[in-house]
Amino acid sequence: MMAATRPRREHPAEGDRSARARLAILLCGLLLGVVALASLGYGASHTSAMTLLWNVMSGADAISARDRIIVYDIRLPRVILGILIGAALAVSGAVMQGLFRNPLADPGLVGVSAGAGLGAISVIVLGTTALGPVVQMFGIYALPFSAFLGGLATSLILYRVATRRGQTSIATMLLAGIALAAMAGAFSGVMVYLADDRQLRDLTFWGLGSLAGATWTKIAAAAPIIVVTLLAAPFLARGLNALSLGEATAHHLGVPVQRLKNVAIVAVAAAVGACVAVSGGIGFVGIVVPHLLRLLIGPDNRYLLPASALLGAALLLAADAVSRSIVAPAELPIGIVTAAVGAPFFLWILLRRRGILDL
Amino acid sequence: MIEATDLDVFIGEKRIVTGASFEARPGEFVSIVGPNGSGKTTLMRALCGDLDFSGEITFTGRSLSVLKPWQLAGIRAVLPQAASLSFPFTVREVVKLGLTGGRSGVLPGEADRLPERALAKVDLVGFAGRFYQELSGGEQQRVQLARVLCQVWAPVLEGNPRFLLLDEPVSSLDIKHQLTIMRIAREFADRGGGTVAILHDLNLASMFSDRIYVMHRGRIAASGTPAEVLRDELISRVFECAMKVGVPTPMGMPYVLPQTATIAL
Repeated sequence: MMAATRPRREHPAEGDRSARARLAILLCGLLLGVVALASLGYGASHTSAMTLLWNVMSGADAISARDRIIVYDIRLPRVILGILIGAALAVSGAVMQGLFRNPLADPGLVGVSAGAGLGAISVIVLGTTALGPVVQMFGIYALPFSAFLGGLATSLILYRVATRRGQTSIATMLLAGIALAAMAGAFSGVMVYLADDRQLRDLTFWGLGSLAGATWTKIAAAAPIIVVTLLAAPFLARGLNALSLGEATAHHLGVPVQRLKNVAIVAVAAAVGACVAVSGGIGFVGIVVPHLLRLLIGPDNRYLLPASALLGAALLLAADAVSRSIVAPAELPIGIVTAAVGAPFFLWILLRRRGILDL
Repeated sequence: MIEATDLDVFIGEKRIVTGASFEARPGEFVSIVGPNGSGKTTLMRALCGDLDFSGEITFTGRSLSVLKPWQLAGIRAVLPQAASLSFPFTVREVVKLGLTGGRSGVLPGEADRLPERALAKVDLVGFAGRFYQELSGGEQQRVQLARVLCQVWAPVLEGNPRFLLLDEPVSSLDIKHQLTIMRIAREFADRGGGTVAILHDLNLASMFSDRIYVMHRGRIAASGTPAEVLRDELISRVFECAMKVGVPTPMGMPYVLPQTATIAL
């Protein structure tokens, strides 16, 4: 009879990448901590990260009242929003890739963000007229909620079009994404046409994607949805792992496949809707972060999802720092930075996988 | 026991299997043979719970339609004919997916090393760290079998027999590994579980099965022990190819039967 105690192992078993993955999660967490502190200390007003840390830890008034306002009402909301958005975008990318069973699925690329954008734009433009009652009823949640509906609708259509008998065609998915994005774009165009001058300026800046307008109100609107999605994601991990063997096999392994797919689609739409509502179109985080991590720790979603959340948050904060400094004292919308880095990265993935993808 | 009565199986609107009655008892190795397109895989997919059917399928008296996916995962494991993998998992990670929803039935401390034991069983020692997608077809098939074995490692759990459903388990294997895999499936049945396998090799079916179901045009044409089923008339009619059972080749042409193998496991 064998003892029930687990034999101590000096080295992890061959092919077992869980130890490495746990280490990577730890490092991503540390990286996020460092980047977040640096972001808090970095800006037009010079308040160093160290001073801040000291101030928080000691409770002493080491910084002036002016700096306090800058840090607590301008930088802190921006950092928190950056963390939420970065984590949500990276995790939705990873979940979507697991759901569609290919590494090229990304809410931004396949039209889900565009659909969410249409929802948001409608509220921005029609919020004072046709959609007035909706805005009154939902208050600050009107924007994220309508973005969620737009994202959900596109996700559902996309899944119906691209997946047949449990098999997703990559080419069909990408093409359907183009069509859906174009459709959402056309309707968004109508909204832009209807918009007045002030709304137009809002829309342009919002459409490029930015964390600049971060306020505690925006955080209050987006945080509940994003936090719930991030907390739900780990429960999808084992199911998504099984799904990589195909829907039938996942079912044989005991996964309630239909429920998994429903929850994943709603979660992605909700998270993307919340992100788009408060920060516009920030692209490519959802494809770059999970892809890098898969190279590093493998595709096991139990580790990939938390690592994506941490690294996504860290990278978005870093991109935000770049967007704030590259044309200082003005700032570039962060969506431009992520696209400038992310788009070539996407092309690189395509090049590497061209043979396998059958495109 | 798996029991199907008066089974019609549909893919979309089309009826593929008609009026099938099927039985797999614990301790038994049951084979399903028949020509391409005769409905073997469709029948098995219905038993797996993948397809719509009319009629009744029960696992040890419980109707398939009321069993939840995670309950089914504890009763039967399925080896598909072809399996794709969409992300670069290592062999060990693939095998470990077998522990997703089922219950291996080993002690908690042993579950950790179960992938290695399963890989050793299918003759893939040292493959744990390789990437699944870089293996040959036959190696991939054996990795999948190791995954399936992890899911129902103990053939009997808490007094309930469990079942292996194998769709062409030896289709891309060399003769040595065909025998290795067939012996694993046979042993699973001998230890109180049940094995159902779709096979194309009639010699292997004859060698390992307790009973054989012969399918023809969506119906079960015959069933019984190998000796009852493997008869000239039936085989020739079902496979539409005139053949004789147990007759040496003309003019001393060499032939090799798996039955003669005495390889060490």
